[in-house]
Amino acid sequence: MDKVMSNKKVIALYVLPSLILLAGLVYIPIFLTGYYGLMDWNGVGPMTFIGLDNYIELLSDDTFWYSARNSFFLAFFSTAALIVYLAVSLVLSAKIKGRETLRKIYLIPMLLSSVAIAQLWIKIYDPNNGMLNSLLTTLGVESPPAWLAERGTVLIAIFIAIVWQYAGFYIIIYSAALKGIPASLIEAAEIDGATPLQIAYKIKVPLISGVIKTTIVLAIVGSLKYFDLIYVMTGGGPNGASEVIASYMYKQAFGIKNFGYGSAIGFALLILALATTFVIQKLTASKNDNIQY
Amino acid sequence: MADTNKSSSRKLGMSLLYAVLGLIAVFQIYPLVWLFFFSLKGNSEIFGRSPFALPEDWLFENYARVWFDGNISQYFFNSVFITATSVILTVILASFVTFAITRMKWKLSGPVLLLFMVGYMIPIHSTLVPLFQFYRELNLIDNPLSIILAYTAYNMPLTIMILMGFYRTLPREIEEAAVMDGCSIHRMFFQIILPMTKPVMSTTIIINMIYNWNEFVFVNTFISSDKYKTLTVGIQNFIGQYLTDWGAIGATLMISIIPILIAFFFLSNRIVEGIAAGSVKG
Repeated sequence: MDKVMSNKKVIALYVLPSLILLAGLVYIPIFLTGYYGLMDWNGVGPMTFIGLDNYIELLSDDTFWYSARNSFFLAFFSTAALIVYLAVSLVLSAKIKGRETLRKIYLIPMLLSSVAIAQLWIKIYDPNNGMLNSLLTTLGVESPPAWLAERGTVLIAIFIAIVWQYAGFYIIIYSAALKGIPASLIEAAEIDGATPLQIAYKIKVPLISGVIKTTIVLAIVGSLKYFDLIYVMTGGGPNGASEVIASYMYKQAFGIKNFGYGSAIGFALLILALATTFVIQKLTASKNDNIQY
Repeated sequence: MADTNKSSSRKLGMSLLYAVLGLIAVFQIYPLVWLFFFSLKGNSEIFGRSPFALPEDWLFENYARVWFDGNISQYFFNSVFITATSVILTVILASFVTFAITRMKWKLSGPVLLLFMVGYMIPIHSTLVPLFQFYRELNLIDNPLSIILAYTAYNMPLTIMILMGFYRTLPREIEEAAVMDGCSIHRMFFQIILPMTKPVMSTTIIINMIYNWNEFVFVNTFISSDKYKTLTVGIQNFIGQYLTDWGAIGATLMISIIPILIAFFFLSNRIVEGIAAGSVKG
């Protein structure tokens, strides 16, 4: 038995093709991005080694910092929105009629492409014929904003579309975790006279703290690398007001063919994502992590 | 008296709760209903009447027009081909890896698993330039193979994560019995294990399908000619040309999301399962 199940040739045959594929398309490119960041390179001609110049330039590049600010803005609000998703999931974890159907309805936008979502919301936000401003005008709002075309509203408008897209995703994750809590625990608390609110806050939330931590990482890292929706909806505009790190990287590399500088931005994005993950893991580490029930 | 007060306030609370839950459902669904309606309208209706009105004449010809006149049908079949090929490749390769890691005995299985999982954290914008350069050297730019390989590599971590939970629950006795019967390891994998994992395989297939169908950046970066573009990138270009023809834009968007909605209608349980498994285990 053991001899058959530890046959090295078979293991290599089963694992190596995938490992080589990932090495070629994921792991090696990560390091190459950092390396290309040391080059002056327009993508076509030869590369010129310029040391840390790109990275030094990045540190004093206002557009980069503005796009980083926007990325962190989205990360912060996406994390704050988790509280709402968690509250909805807690409500749905009670014996509510039609809760399975409701969860599935909430999930639908998440299954659509960001391109389709972006195009749909461009129409919703259309200042003249869009759904939102028609509604606001009917409700008596005198001159509603032009949402995607104004610096002051563009990020909020994008954030609302992101909530629409991802709400169902997080509700499904929380619901799956809540389902894993043994019914006997909840029943015991009910017998002891705990109110639904106490059960939710003092029993359910602490028991799924591991999953909550995972979703915080997902929300923050997901926001930092957010791209498709913004690229299609505003292209980073108006006038750079909704530029994020990924869209700035894409513009530099594939837009104006500044491949060396684009690579440096891509590498900075990687470092930011990994560092943020690490910091959250440290900040939220507690002895509850390995809770048993 | 106190009891009836309590139960009536409880009823009020429940109705309020349902109202909020219903409102969220409307917020999630209504934009899609609105999209469906404006995909059936002509410009005079869109610009002349309330955006909330039902379509006056249901202009299904909007759909026929974009399907036959634009390249939408071409993009659609490209999406089908690239999605199907990548899904098959990803699920087969991931099954091999998951089997070797969870069922076979070797020292490096832990570190190798970790290596696969790390791939899940990588932002694609941090690999895009080297990937572009790599494909250019291999002459794979503007070749669907570049997309299929990228989808397979980047969806592998999530697929393994979902498969793993199921593989770990399979009893050891299955393999023991197979080995006793003198079954080779390949036959064991293909004829015994793989058929047993059908439920979780269908979960990974549907999740991969959705991700690949919707992917944008890789196609936008590596594919330049219309004959290979997929729907996401295709509709993006197409809409650029039809800026003011809302009916055509609506119909195009509907065509791109209808396959997903159909899949959702029949397989929503599997989709929910896949999403839950992919992140809770992480």
